[in-house]
Amino acid sequence: MTPAAAPAEAILVADDIIVQFDTPEGPITAVDNVSFDVNSGEFLSIIGPSGCGKSTLFNVIGGLLGNYRGMVNVGGETISGPHKSIGMVFQEESTFPWRTVTDNVAFPLELIGMPKSKRIERARHFIKLVGLDGFENRYPGELSGGMRQRVSLARTLASEPKILLMDEPFAALDEQTRLLLGDKVLQIQQELKQTTLLITHNITEAVQMSDRILVMTYRPGKVKRIVDIDLPRPRTSEIVSSEAFGRYVAQIWNDLREEANRGMRDEEKNALQEERAR
Amino acid sequence: MTTGLSRSTGPRPDYAAPLVGLGSFIALLAIVEACIRLGLLNRFIIPPPSEIIASFGRLFLEENIVHRFFFTAGECLVAGVMVTVFGIAVGVVMQRFNLLQRACETWVAAFASAPLVLTYPLFMVIFGRNAWTIVMMGFLSALPPVILKTIEGISGTRKVLINVGRSFKLTATQQFWKILFPAALPTIFVGIRLGLIFALINIVGTEFLINFGGLGQLINDLAERYDLAGTYAAICFVILVSVLFFMTLERTERWLRPVD
Repeated sequence: MTPAAAPAEAILVADDIIVQFDTPEGPITAVDNVSFDVNSGEFLSIIGPSGCGKSTLFNVIGGLLGNYRGMVNVGGETISGPHKSIGMVFQEESTFPWRTVTDNVAFPLELIGMPKSKRIERARHFIKLVGLDGFENRYPGELSGGMRQRVSLARTLASEPKILLMDEPFAALDEQTRLLLGDKVLQIQQELKQTTLLITHNITEAVQMSDRILVMTYRPGKVKRIVDIDLPRPRTSEIVSSEAFGRYVAQIWNDLREEANRGMRDEEKNALQEERAR
Repeated sequence: MTTGLSRSTGPRPDYAAPLVGLGSFIALLAIVEACIRLGLLNRFIIPPPSEIIASFGRLFLEENIVHRFFFTAGECLVAGVMVTVFGIAVGVVMQRFNLLQRACETWVAAFASAPLVLTYPLFMVIFGRNAWTIVMMGFLSALPPVILKTIEGISGTRKVLINVGRSFKLTATQQFWKILFPAALPTIFVGIRLGLIFALINIVGTEFLINFGGLGQLINDLAERYDLAGTYAAICFVILVSVLFFMTLERTERWLRPVD
């Protein structure tokens, strides 16, 4: 898909993204000719097996990785680094341990020079939005992993990005917390009509939340298929028990199974080679 | 339902370890006292603990120990401020420029284990027999741990925190003050704590060697007068000050370190 072919309301366009890394064994193509677009207010998930270049793509779109070919366009502007319209939520725990919950969430507001009283008021609004009211004066070390991720989410939302970019934000959490946090993200996304791009390897999570799912192949990461998720909104985690949900999960797993198998065989081959080399 | 039998389930302070520690110390003093009185130890080398304890009052009334304590504390404070400002700055610059770090880090680490107190004649020549020589000795000995821990703290900042800063388009200065420095602060404080302990040891040592200043000079004076009980009492006072100093720094460091 080229930028010209993208719908008029596309807020994010990735066009022919190619990322190569130099390794001692020669260059490896991590992402190969990946093109897609995200419409305003849409929830798009990118799913693929481990090693398919999802996080590399996250870094390219977030402007954290400069060494790639192709083009990322945000609101008509080609990006060449982190863009103010993109807010990122990382896979790893990324709260500032020396700041309270309020001060963490107020961080982007502090950067734009918002007066203290106003930024605390704004921060409290986003803290409430992620359901952490009552914990405003706690430090991240006093919170659970799921709560810390909600602080990171609130901090990113406080910067009021046009596009919310999340890299497996619930990967380190248990399944129940993951489902409940998924509910929270859905609720916020629906309330704010927030354009969201989620990188994940969890099929349930992707189907639960997305309007479309982009399935990637194992290395080199290419677009295998884009699946439209035609499930009613507003959604909650209750949708996981519906028949239609099960059909989407099965369809995506069919696409992913072959890729995941290929990844597993590749890892086994590498392990054997390393063992022989030793 | 609450009853008269309900009890607080909060953690109780554990007094056992400090009480056993204090008891062991008193027992050791009693053994030394007995050995001296029985003639097993020479009282002209080690005075009886009872005489040492009795000398404490004399130190306060006749030897101006409080004034001397504040003199030494002042030297430590000046050396501490200097080492904090200069040590952190040097650490930051070394961490910032990779070549500088690779070229100098081993030298700084070597300095940390060198007996720097032996360089006091050099500083006597430069500054004369005054407080600056003592302060410089304290400063120099405290410098390596502060530099090394500053490098370690900044280098150890988690990449994801740096990426958060980049995603918010922080400038290099904002990235340093808002992310790198606060993230490194607990580690830097470990360096400052170690540095200040080294500074205190070297300051008292230099005061003793050049017979100038506060507590170190007092020990020298008392030793030259062959006032053994007074000398040991002054040494005990310095040890007590060091212990309190160490405990205060440790508590500050714990307070500064965020909960993990």
